[in-house]
Amino acid sequence: MNSLNEVLRIGLLRAGLELKQFLRQRESVVFTLFFPVILLFIFGSVFKDTIAPGVTFSQYFVAGMIASGLVNTGFQQLAITIPMERDDGTLKRLRGTPMSVTSYFIGKALLVTILMIIQTALLLFFGTLMFGLKLPTSPTLWWNFTWLVILGSACSTVLGIAFSVVPKSGRGASAVVSPIVIILQFFSGVFFVFTSLPTWMQQFAALFPLKWLTQGMRSVFLPEDFATQEVAGSWEIQKTAIIISIWLVAGLILSIRTFKWSRE
Amino acid sequence: MSLAPAIEVRGLVKKYGEKVAVSGIDLTVERGEIFALLGPNGAGKTTTVEILEGYRSANSGQVKVLGFDPATKGAAGQKWRNQIGVVLQSTSDAADLSVVETISHYANYYEKARDVDQVIDEVGLREKINAKLRELSSGQRRRLDVALGIIGSPELLFLDEPTTGFDPEARRSFWDLIRTLKAEGTTILLTTHYLDEAQALADRVGVINDGKIIEIATPDTLGGRNNAPAKVTWLEDGRVQEVLSKNPTEEVLKLSQKFNGQIPELQVLRPNLEEIYLRMIGELK
Repeated sequence: MNSLNEVLRIGLLRAGLELKQFLRQRESVVFTLFFPVILLFIFGSVFKDTIAPGVTFSQYFVAGMIASGLVNTGFQQLAITIPMERDDGTLKRLRGTPMSVTSYFIGKALLVTILMIIQTALLLFFGTLMFGLKLPTSPTLWWNFTWLVILGSACSTVLGIAFSVVPKSGRGASAVVSPIVIILQFFSGVFFVFTSLPTWMQQFAALFPLKWLTQGMRSVFLPEDFATQEVAGSWEIQKTAIIISIWLVAGLILSIRTFKWSRE
Repeated sequence: MSLAPAIEVRGLVKKYGEKVAVSGIDLTVERGEIFALLGPNGAGKTTTVEILEGYRSANSGQVKVLGFDPATKGAAGQKWRNQIGVVLQSTSDAADLSVVETISHYANYYEKARDVDQVIDEVGLREKINAKLRELSSGQRRRLDVALGIIGSPELLFLDEPTTGFDPEARRSFWDLIRTLKAEGTTILLTTHYLDEAQALADRVGVINDGKIIEIATPDTLGGRNNAPAKVTWLEDGRVQEVLSKNPTEEVLKLSQKFNGQIPELQVLRPNLEEIYLRMIGELK
């Protein structure tokens, strides 16, 4: 009964339940799904400059926003909602049932994936419609886009689960998690052109996956020759894959070893 | 093949750092009985129950629940949870789901889940079947907790202070539900602060204080209650008079002669479970 099939079946059921609960919380729908789109409107409308021949800031910004969307729906959302589930008794109740913790993780990961797809679609739609975002034409770029999204979501999910042990309470979780995400966004070249940031900021950001994700997304959505404007003078695709993978593995190990069902 | 007792605990010790929460508890709960665990806050009640439920591990001692060590990790531990039901204290989860959605979902977790509709009827939530959990009153919420506790047809049900915040009527109908479960053969471990609840439901009660079990007995004999002196009170000279007596019938006969029949405002009061209990934990403090 507790076979792999059973664990998967319950994981799928949990994903359905998680999605249902998510969609019924209007605040979370607005903040998680539409906030990046709202930011796109604000930044896209304010900064209309061209940052390189044929590249507007809004194009640059959409690429960064898709990357940080992965951090919002995965890391930020999970690191806030899991402590809340720890406080309201969800986790303790689940712990008392035959449900496997793996099913719980599968449910979370699928929720993140679904939200990620919706959010990315929204950003691509409004980005192309209103802010001159050009969708990639070559299969290689679409392939890069696909693995960046999958690897990025996975990394973001496990880091969110791992980080969920840090906030002391569900109510305080947002105050702990959100500033980290916002600072990383500033440092990683989401709101500003990365190369215009101070060197120490760039170096600090290079330790974390978001910088690499945004750079990867730029490689997909900006003209190929824009690579010369990057810090390394290239898109560093392999390096990006390696660094995000390291974070993924570290996050996976951490989340399995440190996951807590209850607060004490 | 004879079944192991529902709960078997020998020499259970649990420490939090230097603090000893449970210092050597022995306890056996037979299959099919309702056992009430009483004790003041901080006595080690919750710690003991959470070890039995598999939420915490013991420092030393033997714990067998349905013949299984609840601290077992991994798939075997998950599987064992098919046989138990846990009703936790005050929860507020799944606020955006409806009653039927929540119960149906939890039914998926168990090997031999009960019929969802039947459980909804048993806990009396038929009228609230489509209500969101955030809309339920505290009594209805407790009923939902019980529904989730019994949906897997557990052999052993843990009930942690199930009727806190109930009005008297809700409490009575809740007791009926518990009696129904017992009649179906479910073993129940109940913790409660309400002594009348233990009196009404429990086959046996155990009093726990300072991490030790002081006494285990039936509600009627706990603390020598059956042999304790009764209080006889009556009205005389405009004041309530009282006398403690091991033989209250004799006192009443004497008074009856004195008053030539009718004794004004006569009462014979056996000590109730609450008085006995307070005396027990008071003496030890």
